[in-house]
Amino acid sequence: MGRARDALVAGLLLLARKRKRRLWPGQRERIVPPASRNPGSELLATLLLLAAAGCAVAFIVVYVLDRLPAHTQLLGLSLGLACLFVAAALIVTAKRLIVTEELEDDYPAEEHVDEQETVLQLVADSGFSRRRFFKLALGAAGGALALAVLTPIASLGPAIDLARFYATPWRRGRRLVDEHGRPYRASDVEEDTLYTAFAEGSDKEQLGSSLVLVRLPKDRLKLPAGNSGYAADGIVAYSKICTHAGCAISLYRAPLFQPDEPTPALVCPCHYSTFDPASGGRVTFGPAGRKLPMLPLTIAPNGELRAAGNFDSAVGPSWWGVRTKRPTS
Amino acid sequence: MIRKLVRFLDRRTGTAPLLRKTLRYLFPDHWSFLLGEVALYSFVILVATGIYLTLFYENSTATVVYHGPYVPLQGQEMTQAYRSVLDISTTVKAGLLIRQTHHWAADIFIAAIVLHLIRIFFTGAYRKPRELTYWIGLTILLVSLLEGYLGYSLADDLLSGMGLAIGYGVAVSIPFFGANLAALIWDGPFPGKHDFFSRMYVAHVFLIPALIGALLVLHLALVALRHHTQFRETRRQTERKVVGIPTFPGQTPRSLGLFFAVAGVLFLLGGLVQINPIWLWGPYHTYISTNGAQPDWYLGWLIGALRLVPGFDLTIGHYTLVANPFWGGAALPSLVFIFLYLWPWLERRFGGDSAYHNLLDRPRDAPMRTAIGMTTLTWVFLPFVAGSSDRIYVTFGLPYIPQIWAFRVLAVVAPPLAGLIAFWVCRELQAGERVERRRKRAEEEAELA
Ligand code: FES
Repeated sequence: MGRARDALVAGLLLLARKRKRRLWPGQRERIVPPASRNPGSELLATLLLLAAAGCAVAFIVVYVLDRLPAHTQLLGLSLGLACLFVAAALIVTAKRLIVTEELEDDYPAEEHVDEQETVLQLVADSGFSRRRFFKLALGAAGGALALAVLTPIASLGPAIDLARFYATPWRRGRRLVDEHGRPYRASDVEEDTLYTAFAEGSDKEQLGSSLVLVRLPKDRLKLPAGNSGYAADGIVAYSKICTHAGCAISLYRAPLFQPDEPTPALVCPCHYSTFDPASGGRVTFGPAGRKLPMLPLTIAPNGELRAAGNFDSAVGPSWWGVRTKRPTS
Repeated sequence: MIRKLVRFLDRRTGTAPLLRKTLRYLFPDHWSFLLGEVALYSFVILVATGIYLTLFYENSTATVVYHGPYVPLQGQEMTQAYRSVLDISTTVKAGLLIRQTHHWAADIFIAAIVLHLIRIFFTGAYRKPRELTYWIGLTILLVSLLEGYLGYSLADDLLSGMGLAIGYGVAVSIPFFGANLAALIWDGPFPGKHDFFSRMYVAHVFLIPALIGALLVLHLALVALRHHTQFRETRRQTERKVVGIPTFPGQTPRSLGLFFAVAGVLFLLGGLVQINPIWLWGPYHTYISTNGAQPDWYLGWLIGALRLVPGFDLTIGHYTLVANPFWGGAALPSLVFIFLYLWPWLERRFGGDSAYHNLLDRPRDAPMRTAIGMTTLTWVFLPFVAGSSDRIYVTFGLPYIPQIWAFRVLAVVAPPLAGLIAFWVCRELQAGERVERRRKRAEEEAELA
């Protein structure tokens, strides 16, 4: 019945077109031209939608049946396929079942001169524009109020006083401990291995606490004058935090470093800044802009490693004026 | 039924005329116009999966000892944040699917925006009267980069923490106030106090998504107000007449189909292709790091740039002015974005074209723009590749240090070269077309004669 009517309407429309769109009384013109019937595509779209429904049900089943192998994979597969089947059905609909009209329309006007004029006149007539002192006061109130509202942002953190940036837990006599709090003895530290140490009793996460500890053959050490006496029995200690951007230095002559590099090197895996442990932490390659902070060591009579003071320079990535102050305990 | 609904709505809201106009709004047809839509639909998936994840995520840096089902980490100390993400990935049913889909959606969201931007740039779609649309789009990209970085950081696994450390390094390196700014954000020096995690969290799940949503609405409203641009494919398309498929019925199943296709692909990726297996990285501590870590793709150019800058801090005597990470981590992205924001104005000012445009250029139609675009793209792409230089070393055996030197040289030489080549190619294509046109005209005349 409906189809017959559609066909009739289509026929009438054709007639109407030929007669320059003269319509019969009570007859309305179609907006969208009739689509050609396409039973094959209709069947295809229907089947695709049914497949989507099947996959969606499968998702629920997989979800309920716990302990399937590859649970996540099956869930993703069923849900993803359900969506893709719906997508396919919609595309068949778009391409085959409905008409694709290519229509023309005007772009909007570039501007509306009359309206612009009216707005300007409104402002001019309102009297606002002439009272200059009033406008000034308005600006002052607005600015001051904005500042007042923004002030509490200062509570977010200690933005003015940077003392905490220079603070480390190290001072003369502090013991070096490992991750479990056991003190290091000089005899624990062997050549060709990198050890991580912390200030005893400190927060290990604090940037100033962690150290890299390596032992070098004593004849290899070429410490600059400023660091003479920092090594203890060939053992040297540096801040573990890279002076480039704050990653932890965890590679010691690592495989990613050039294999034929002659001297041992400490390497940061983030951007491969490379430091020479034999010469006070000098940068030998990579983006770091200053040497690794070095910690002076001593060996206590019982063989334990202790700090002989604080680092020779500030710990962590660099900031404005970082070299001007020595770290504090 | 539908008649009743339309009548109800019109009588309550008076919007039938608007509805009619919307249904007959015309969409010019070109495959490249779909890129923005892909971004929009990825955003929808991001919001939906993201809401689900917030129902399980614990925003706390309090430490706990892990006793969950993942054996290798049992007995380890970790933050509650990391533990909850582990739980989402192991014990929450469908949790891993949603988490991985969220991550993939973020990667594809930003990829679609970038490709969309490239399309807009090289076809001149940003020109008058669409500069506002363009600037809003750029802002969406900018905050999306931050949003992605925050999401990645909240998991609090080892790679998150390394990423945050580098972010902190870049923040403190900013001249004058970098350290003060970082102290404000982190509540003191790195790794900061737990307030910092609350701040990241509220920014990631509320402030930035709300901002992106608002900007998206504005972006789309402006697109509709000025109407889509179009290529001049036939005589029908002009600066005054738009040719396209109406929203209804033509465009509706196409757009919906694209939405479901995007969703389907994302769920397939989320289920089948592992991404960021945080249980393998373990919890973060400031004193550990791992080798060969790769960030999400959209941060690759920054990692690469951080690696390529030669090792120096800008100092006067003993006084550090600009610390090294500033160049790669802050200056490069700032320059690129400032250039992109200024570009419509630069082109108007120096290209001398302040006309009103609805028709798009093909890249060859504007050789100068194409050349400058290719220069910029190369300049961004090189550090992007350099960001994987350690992977290149492992995969292809190219030694690392010579590679870095090669990239440093290329970063200076290649961009202008790419621009010159692009300019030449555009000119050649134009000349070819001119010859073709002349030949056709001659043939027609010969036929007439
Ligand atoms: S953080 Fe160490 S090289 Fe960049």
